[in-house]
Parts: sequence; C-alpha cells; structure tokens
Amino acid sequence: MARFIERHPAWALIAIIAVALLLWLVFAVWPPGLEQAIGRKRVFLNAIFNGITLGGLYFLVASGFTLIFGLMRNVNLAHGSLYLFGGYVGYAISAWTGSWILSFAVAFLAVGLVGVLLQILVFRRMEGQDLRQTMVTIGLAIVFADLMLWVFGGDFYQIPTPSWLIGPVQLPFITAVKSSGEPVYLQYPMVRLAIFAASVAIGIAMWLALNRTRIGMIVRAGVDDRDILAATGVQIQAVFVLVFALGAGLAGIAGVVGGTFQSISPGEDTRFLLASLVVVIVGGMGSIPGAALGAVIIGLAEQLGSVYIPTYAIVVTFLIMVLVLALRPQGLLARR
Amino acid sequence: MSLTQLHAPATVVERPKFPAWPELNNPAAWLVALILVIMPLIANGFFLIEIFGTSLILGIIALSLMFLAGYGGMVSLMQLTIAGFAGYMVAVFGVSGNANISLGWPWWLATPMALVLATIFGTLGGALAVRTEGIYTIMITLAIGAAFYYFTNQNWAIFNGHTGINTVATPQFWGVDWRSDIPFYYLILAVAALCYFAVQYVARAPFGLALQGVRDNSRRMAALGFNVNAHRVAAYAFASFIAGLGGVLQVWNYRQISPGSVGVERCIDILIIAVVGGITRPVGPFIGALIFVILRTFALDVLIKFGLDGNRFRLLIGLGFLAIVFWSSDGVIGLWERWRRRQTRTSSSTAGRRHG
Repeated sequence: MARFIERHPAWALIAIIAVALLLWLVFAVWPPGLEQAIGRKRVFLNAIFNGITLGGLYFLVASGFTLIFGLMRNVNLAHGSLYLFGGYVGYAISAWTGSWILSFAVAFLAVGLVGVLLQILVFRRMEGQDLRQTMVTIGLAIVFADLMLWVFGGDFYQIPTPSWLIGPVQLPFITAVKSSGEPVYLQYPMVRLAIFAASVAIGIAMWLALNRTRIGMIVRAGVDDRDILAATGVQIQAVFVLVFALGAGLAGIAGVVGGTFQSISPGEDTRFLLASLVVVIVGGMGSIPGAALGAVIIGLAEQLGSVYIPTYAIVVTFLIMVLVLALRPQGLLARR
Repeated sequence: MSLTQLHAPATVVERPKFPAWPELNNPAAWLVALILVIMPLIANGFFLIEIFGTSLILGIIALSLMFLAGYGGMVSLMQLTIAGFAGYMVAVFGVSGNANISLGWPWWLATPMALVLATIFGTLGGALAVRTEGIYTIMITLAIGAAFYYFTNQNWAIFNGHTGINTVATPQFWGVDWRSDIPFYYLILAVAALCYFAVQYVARAPFGLALQGVRDNSRRMAALGFNVNAHRVAAYAFASFIAGLGGVLQVWNYRQISPGSVGVERCIDILIIAVVGGITRPVGPFIGALIFVILRTFALDVLIKFGLDGNRFRLLIGLGFLAIVFWSSDGVIGLWERWRRRQTRTSSSTAGRRHG
C-alpha cells in the first residue's frame, strides 16, 4: 500500500479523494441541493448496498473461475453452467426437504462432484492444450445448458428464503431527516446482508487456506510454476482435482445464493459467465483478492449504473473492463 | 442434396505448397464451383436460400474467424457481433419499418457506411483483445460479444431494445429485386467467392505470411523487426470487413435484426461452424456452415422420426462439437485428410497440419 502511494502519488491521491467522497455520500445527511440534483439518498444507499451484496455473489462465482484458471490455465467457459446447475440442485433440495442450509451443502457436493468428473474424465486428457480445453468447455456449456433446459424447462425458479432471514433490518445509516428533526434510518433485507457476510467469510477462509496451509502453499506454487511443482514430487493431479472440485463447488453455492435473492432460469448461466469473465479480467487472472476487488467494482458499477443511467448500465461495466485493459492489461491485482 | 456434397469441396485440400491459385488446377474445385453456379437449376427456392444461401452467409462470417484463428492464432468470439453490428447499422442508416430510428439513406450509401463502421468496431475490439495474449483473447472477445448483446437489449434509442428493427428494406436496382431468391443467391455466392479468394490471396501475400509468422513465434517476429501488434490489429480489421459483409447479407436475408441475432450462443455457433469445418483452410468454414445449417433445419424431423424429442437440436450440435474437438482438432477437413492419407498410404503427403 505504502509502496503504491510512493510509486503512483497522483493515482493514490485520486483514489483517496474518491473514497473520501464516497464515505461522505454514505454517511452525511445530504443537503437539499444534492437531493434535487441526483435524487433521494435512500435510492443511492440502496444501490450501494445492492452493488456490494451483488459483488459478494459475483465473488463466489468468480473466485472458483479464477482459481481454476490460475492453477490449470483452463478458461472454464462452462463455469456459468456449473452455477446454474448449483441453483437447480439447491432448488430441488429446498423444495424436497424445506431446508435452506442443506441445499447449500448438497449443491456444493453435487457441483463439486461434477467438477471432479470433468477434471478426471475430460481435462486430464488434454493437459497443456489451453485452446482445446477451452473449446471443450464451450461444448460442455452447450450440452449442459440443453440438458438442464430439458429437465427443468424454461421456467423461473426461486429458492424460498428461510423464515428467520425474511424481513428488513434497520441499519445505522441516515437516509433523511424528517421535518420534526427525527432521523430516518435505512431498511435493508436481512437475507442479502447474511449472504454477503457469508461470502466475506468464505473469501477470508479461502485466503487463509491459500496463505496459511500446506495445501494452499502447494496451490500457490502451482499457480506460479506448475512444472517445477510437479518436478518436486507433489501429486499435482490430486491438487488439480481438489482445486477443480473446490472451484466448481463454489459455483454451486453461488447458484443457491443467486437462486435465493434473484431467480434461476435458462440464460442465467451466460449472465454469470460474463460476470465472472469481466470480474477476473478487471481483478487479475488467478488472483483471489483480485476477484474480490473486481466483484465489488463490477457489482457497484452495475447497480449504480442501472439506477442512474438505466439504458447504458452495461456500458459502464464494459468501460471499466476497457479501461483496465488499456491501463493495466494483466488486471488490477495480478502480479504478472 | 446428398452428403457427398459435404465432402466434395474438401478435395481442394490436397495440393502442393504455395502455388498461385491451386483451385485452378483442381478438377474437384471446378466441379464444386460449377454446381454452385447452376444451383438455381437444381434446387428450389427453399433449398436455395434457406440451406445454401444461409450456409454461405454463415460461412462468410465463420471465414473471418478462420482467418483470425488459422493464420493469426487469435480465436475471436466477437465475429458474429461485428456482423450483427453491420446488420444493425444497415437497418439504422437505411430504410426500415421503424421510421423513428432509421435514417432512410439509400442502400448504396447505408451499406458502405455500415461496412466502414463495422470495420472500425471490429478493429477497436481487436486492438483491445491484442492487449493480452493467447487464451485471454477468447475471454475478452466473448465479453465484448456478450456486452453488445445486453446493450442492444437495453438501448431503445438506436437499437430499439429487445424488439429490434423490422422490415429492413433490401436493395433494388437495374430493375432487379435483389432479395428475390435467384438474384439474392447469386449475390451471396459472389460475395462468398470474393471473400474466399481474398482470404486465399492475403494468406499468401507478405502480410499473411508475416501474420502466420506472428502466430508461430511472435517474439522471433518482433526480434526480426515486425510490429507484432500492428499485424494482429490489421488482421482484425480485415476479418471485421469480411464479417461485416456477412452481416449485411444476413440482415437482407432475414429483413430484420434483433438482440436474438447477436446473442452469445449465436457467437458460439460461429466458433462451432469454423471448428467443425476446420480452421486450417478457408474452405473449412463453408463446409462447417453447410453441416450446421442442414442439422439445424432437419434435426427436428430426424429426431422425431427416431422417436426422440425434436427440441434437442442444440444437444446434438454440442455433442458433435465435443466429438470433433476430442478426436479431430482440425475439423471435418482433418478427418477427410486422414482418411485420404490412409487410402493412398503415401508418406509424402505430410501437409503441414496447423492449429489455431
């Protein structure tokens, strides 16, 4: 951080001013002139919160994608299908048993198992052929999409929120002050906050696992140089299977999350594939902190964009990607 | 329209290295050309446009991908997006049923405008994609394609949202309605032939050879003094122009364009067409397109005949694509070449098999 400020004082200043402005916008009571210019503070705060919680969901999807890419150089374009499959599995389990928590566990295991099978049966046969692997994932995405359309039809499914998470919660952010001088606080759905907290927890757990455990050390070494790692005698195939299972399982969990606070239907696979692509391009391929940063940026851009410039929301996301590619092609937090 | 039709053009592939125009000496190529020219005598209107015309149009778009992937080593998933952009521009600048959007220019002004804009669009996208290398290209171009799809869905001022632009006018001059079946077929055939020979020519021109050098070893080419990125961007520009031509023909063919025509699975269809046909030779995309269109048109009937669900066309396409990628990385052409080689059992025919 200090090194970054030393090397890029201008950028650091701009970043500090932007963060300060954002904090002021979030915490201050807006003067009437500002409310007239850009609308109510409640709308703004809601967009910020939606953006950050959506970023949590994007992080869940993209972290698996970036992990698989970082270690195996496999651009898994079937990742969106894994997400959608997780959503359908979660829906089926939750409809059958009525348990929301159980649907997470089953979706993680089921989609992780699909990942293990893919790695063992398909990708191991064409190791080192990046392009061929990517083409195979495209073919798999088409096949999976059609199989899921066959089984589940074109309907929208929504996984019911458990009763203990239903309802809004009052947050200590003032949205407005009544004429009586009494402050009005922001009301926000409990479930989104809970899911965001869970994705932060998963992110921290992943970071700890990668940086503090032996397996994590092996994975990081593999990201840096796969061949040398294999030469040191590590069972690299076992590590590949493990990472693919974890990445796929995370996509499955994300599917349940997405099915709870949005809905699942054919086409969502493409949407989340695009989101993970943009998130990892912005954040940096193969970097977990990069995926977190990219996910929050893209989530915020999408939500703020859809509130303030509705017809060009997607362009904002895209422009961020263009800007990052132009200034820092390897992504914001990638080392190479 | 037997299946031998599919294999006939593939005979072009057995040829000595780098003659000026190998097709001129190949009787099979002349036969295919003759069949294509007298097609209106053989086929009725449905086959002429729905099968052969559509195949040639998709072949043109896939040809632009083949050029990038085969000679440049860049697998771009945005070729259909460029084609769709050209189609949208024809609809926006030309005459259509949506009078509040279309500017009503005559076709001879709107079409070049659309082609120029599509080329610029593709070149800018390419300039973005060459910022990173290799496998990243697929991700960035897919992101561009998907972003364009969602943008057309959201934007009503220019692209008219998810309804798209309907009843796009088609050119009429010299007393000919160029959208009636036979003139339109010849128009498509002429453009396809032009693109095919242009790609053949550019591949042998100094630029094309330098591009293939960049594909095989970009660092060495850079050391030799070639501007690697400029060659790549120029390849994108050339491919974008070809894709734009395909897009203009496509919008004239369907007379409408909507976000559905530029969707992500359409982009991937183009990749499938090119890969199934084979991305090592310009004839591959056309063979792939013919297979694809025949499957798409008749899979429903065939599947129902076998007592299966007729809606599983995409499953069939996906499995076929997987099979090709698994067993023959240079597509149907590669299968054909291998079969030929086994037949002749000559060790001399080690025609350089290249990968995109």
